[in-house]
Amino acid sequence: MKTSATTRFALYAYGILALIFLYLPIVAIGFASVSKSRYLTFPINEYATQWYGRALESQTVSDLLVTSLKIAVIVTIVSMVVGFFGALAFARYEWKYRSLFQKIILLPIFFPQAVLGLSLLMWFNAIGVLPSWKTAVVAHLVWIAPICTLIVAIRAYSFDPALEEAARDMGASTFVILKEVTFPLLMPGVVSAGLFAFLLSWGNFPLSLFTTGVDSTLPEWLYAKMVSGYSPLVPTVGIMSVVASFIVLMLALFLPRLLRRGSEAS
Amino acid sequence: MQQLDRKLGFFSALPMFVVLAVSFLAPLVVVVLFSVMPQKVFDLAHVPDFSSFPYFFEQGYYKSLLWSLGLAFCSTVILFIVCWPLAYGMAKVFGRFTLVITIAVVMSLFVSENIRLFGWVLTLMKGGLIDGHLQAWFGVGIDGALYNVPIIVFGLVYVYFPFMLFPLAQGISMVPDDARQAASDLGATRWQILKEVDLPLAAPGIMVGSLLSFVLAAGAIAESKLLGGQKIIVIADEVETAFTYGQNWPLGSALAVILIAVIGGFAIFGINLINIDQIMGKKR
Repeated sequence: MKTSATTRFALYAYGILALIFLYLPIVAIGFASVSKSRYLTFPINEYATQWYGRALESQTVSDLLVTSLKIAVIVTIVSMVVGFFGALAFARYEWKYRSLFQKIILLPIFFPQAVLGLSLLMWFNAIGVLPSWKTAVVAHLVWIAPICTLIVAIRAYSFDPALEEAARDMGASTFVILKEVTFPLLMPGVVSAGLFAFLLSWGNFPLSLFTTGVDSTLPEWLYAKMVSGYSPLVPTVGIMSVVASFIVLMLALFLPRLLRRGSEAS
Repeated sequence: MQQLDRKLGFFSALPMFVVLAVSFLAPLVVVVLFSVMPQKVFDLAHVPDFSSFPYFFEQGYYKSLLWSLGLAFCSTVILFIVCWPLAYGMAKVFGRFTLVITIAVVMSLFVSENIRLFGWVLTLMKGGLIDGHLQAWFGVGIDGALYNVPIIVFGLVYVYFPFMLFPLAQGISMVPDDARQAASDLGATRWQILKEVDLPLAAPGIMVGSLLSFVLAAGAIAESKLLGGQKIIVIADEVETAFTYGQNWPLGSALAVILIAVIGGFAIFGINLINIDQIMGKKR
């Protein structure tokens, strides 16, 4: 059944509209970040990059960056490991509680994150752990490790178990099979899971809100400034955070390709 | 082989079980325990008196829950209608453009939701991106776009857009073209194809998308706070207030337990209905 040209055109137009709808607020922040005046009104009369200089000099901003980065890096590493094994249990091995395991993994994703953050705060309090950026790592993992599992699982579903069986028939041990067959095959899934983990942790707000204690992440600081009165640094730091995640994404997308090309050339 | 699979399955699930036991199960147990404690205590060494639960009705907290559920329901319905054509395009029509949309939508997810909502405040506020430019060019602006109930629904639709779009697209891609072709050859109208072929066959995707959007929207705070300007107080906001300003952990926990029970009920019911292997594209 062919879609008529009119319908196709309408659908494309709709798709472009949807993208505009998604990015309009980010564009608004972008404009706001280069406005010269302290009190923002549109249309912007004078453009200036002074707030970027201000933000880069600020000790607060660099502390925020370091905290967010520490959390995101550890969350990424742990989620990749947990997600890799979780995905095997999720998609590959036929074991007794597989379907239960699949459902349990979905539960935290279907959970209000702010409530989860509060529950974690009470739990840390009950066992006498002082909230800091380290507890925020635990909090991020509740939500991000299951998502990573799902991402690796998509890859694991399309994987032919005969490959593992062949290796086993030729006498490879379970560990060798994991290292030489399973891991290389799931590698692309693990890498994209890591990318998701990093970026989701970097941008997460509701889970950090109650669990970072005296430390503060970028999204938390931005939120605090948004509700307690406008600061011209808010759009600037917001855009810097967006640009940072964009750079990470681009590196992850294109670095492997460049490296491959480099090694082919040499 | 089967024996080995069983053992390996269990061992590879272990790290995840450890993570979830520490960061999901244990906190939930603590919340439930706190919810039955006497008012305003900060540890669990007290005799439970269940005093927080009557407040849910006496102090009108049930209204906040109803608001949350109502807003979540409205935004889920709107999301379904808004996302369907796009998801259809992504699954059946676009080809390369699907990749562009997918990357663009996923990228927007990586921007913290409060930054994006703040962007809408800048866009819609008086003297904002839209109003300011309209004033400057035509002399008439839009007034009062912010701080009302519809704008909260708008915010929810905006934030949870990807959570409806991707499952829907996945669901629609599971509808075989042959089935639609056959229906069309047999003289079915477009509306009939949608009703009799597309909707039933894409049901798993519809289910996951609606469930995700509803559940996440029901527990959302930032939309009503940033865009709604406290016009209405949603239940998750009440929970937060009880903890922070109220300094009343048992009350906050009791409200959280009620919210968790309602949302968890929906989530468990929905998760049980779907075939996870099928929707994630299991080939064997």
